[in-house]
Amino acid sequence: MRIKDHPVLDFKRGKEIKFTFNGREIKAYEGETIAAALHAAGVKELKKSLKHDRPRGLFCAIGNCSSCFMEVDGEPNVKTCVIEVKEGMEVNTQQGKGELSG
Amino acid sequence: MDKVDKMDRADKMGNLDKVHKMGNLDEIERIELAVVGGGPAGLAAAVKAAELGLESIVLFERDNFLGGQLVKQTHQFFGSKDQYAGTRGIDIAEELTDKVRKEAAIEVKTGAVVQGYYEDAVIGYLEDERFQKVKPEKTIIATGAAEKMLSFPNNDLPGIYGAGAVQTLMNQYGILPGEEILMIGAGNIGLIVTYQLLQAGVKVKAVVEATDKIGGYAVHATKIRRAGIPILTKHTIKEARGDSKVEEAVICQLDENWNIIPGTEEILEIDTICLAVGLTPKIDLALQAGCQMAYVPELGGDVPVRDEDLEMTEENIYIAGDAGGIEEATAAILEGELAAINAVRAISGGGSDLEAVYAEVSEKLADLRRGPVGEEIRSGLKKARGDENAGRDRYSRQRRYSK
Ligand SMILES: Cc1cc2nc3c(=O)[nH]c(=O)nc-3n(C[C@H](O)[C@H](O)[C@H](O)COP(=O)(O)OP(=O)(O)OC[C@H]3O[C@@H](n4cnc5c(N)ncnc54)[C@H](O)[C@@H]3O)c2cc1C
Ligand code: FES
Repeated sequence: MRIKDHPVLDFKRGKEIKFTFNGREIKAYEGETIAAALHAAGVKELKKSLKHDRPRGLFCAIGNCSSCFMEVDGEPNVKTCVIEVKEGMEVNTQQGKGELSG
Repeated sequence: MDKVDKMDRADKMGNLDKVHKMGNLDEIERIELAVVGGGPAGLAAAVKAAELGLESIVLFERDNFLGGQLVKQTHQFFGSKDQYAGTRGIDIAEELTDKVRKEAAIEVKTGAVVQGYYEDAVIGYLEDERFQKVKPEKTIIATGAAEKMLSFPNNDLPGIYGAGAVQTLMNQYGILPGEEILMIGAGNIGLIVTYQLLQAGVKVKAVVEATDKIGGYAVHATKIRRAGIPILTKHTIKEARGDSKVEEAVICQLDENWNIIPGTEEILEIDTICLAVGLTPKIDLALQAGCQMAYVPELGGDVPVRDEDLEMTEENIYIAGDAGGIEEATAAILEGELAAINAVRAISGGGSDLEAVYAEVSEKLADLRRGPVGEEIRSGLKKARGDENAGRDRYSRQRRYSK
């Protein structure tokens, strides 16, 4: 959910854009991180833990903890809490560890 | 303080040419000063070094913006009298950033993560997905802090965040973390973030604190209580519950031995749990560079050993701000300045002007740490300067085997 009125802060949001999460179209604003945009759309589960398949979500939001890894435009292990969302981006829940591409 | 000799260091860190193909040292760009971290400590360090006449300074910040923790602080800062008291953190960040941008001697690299400090004093950093190198004469590490975690069943469920993440979502992106929150920790951060959540229209069900007193300032606590939110001391979280995200929290009361008092469990329906259980210095870079650590609880855990000049046990590397010990923003700014002054003195030999600036800044820092409030910090700093009461270096083994 996005904050509309705030007593101290005034949020200048960027241009409205669209991206997809597991094929579903989601609205976002330029300048937001992928994880922030997903959050605003109510998506809290970002990945599954490798060993025990437990749901994981945003935790540190500054790239320290790796709780937010997802597959973005085919590339695995993207820290979605620090990478900005772009028009047309394809964001997917990652399966497994991900493989290095050439 | 004994400096580790060069052979020893090269030995410890391994031969980098083999690992990273550092290439010919002569081809690496040389600069006078590298500052790692664009929070208040790093910004202040870069500005001071430029003011004192250095001509080639590079400031590295991994985020795409400068300001560090300050960009999330919408409350009026409690800092010292003459330095920023009553100013909002975001405004201080802007003021420092402006100063940095005005100095031609400072090259600002945002979106640039420093990966390591290697043999022959080469810094490796990642920018635009490329690993690049620079060779500074002096380096100031001002990488800030990392949040501590708390262990309880299901603490990994989505919807459980560190306080910093809640602030990032809410104050930077204007996105609510959830609708009903349980806050863990009644130190200043817990109280301030609770207040910020209220401002943003989120319902905070309770603030729980394991010790018997509220650690944060009374002004903040009063505001929160006035808003009708209970601050429960001697309480903790027993477990979180939920399937794909957190739905309930079980809280309970603790006795004087920190044991759960049976029968005091209470279930709160919430969709978010915020952990504000303290910070610990982000020492990874100092550690990798081979600097010695000491366990100093007063400063937040493992901290680099440093001398009066803030130089660490590896020559030419200084530490400043939260990365050297958890304190606050004014102290971070002053430490940044002090580290810069010492680096400039070592590069250009000093002079009476420099000594005057040095005296002024160190006096301000001493002033800030005077009195009962500063007692813990003072005792912590003594240990971090190689006092024998410091805890042992828990990383020495790791360093020995990291070759
Ligand atoms: C909720 C909250 C409320 C606070 N309220 C107050 C207050 O009212 N008054 C007060 O005085 N203080 C307050 N503080 C504390 C204050 O914000 C910190 O003490 C201060 O920001 C520390 O400054 P710093 O420069 O050492 O670290 P930081 O501000 O954490 O900056 C460190 C920077 O280094 C960057 N970095 C880290 N690693 C790398 C790397 N490898 N490469 C490149 N860049 C890197 C980080 O991205 C970051 O920008 C508060 C803190 C919090 C969390
Ligand atoms: S949430 Fe911690 S790395 Fe992204």
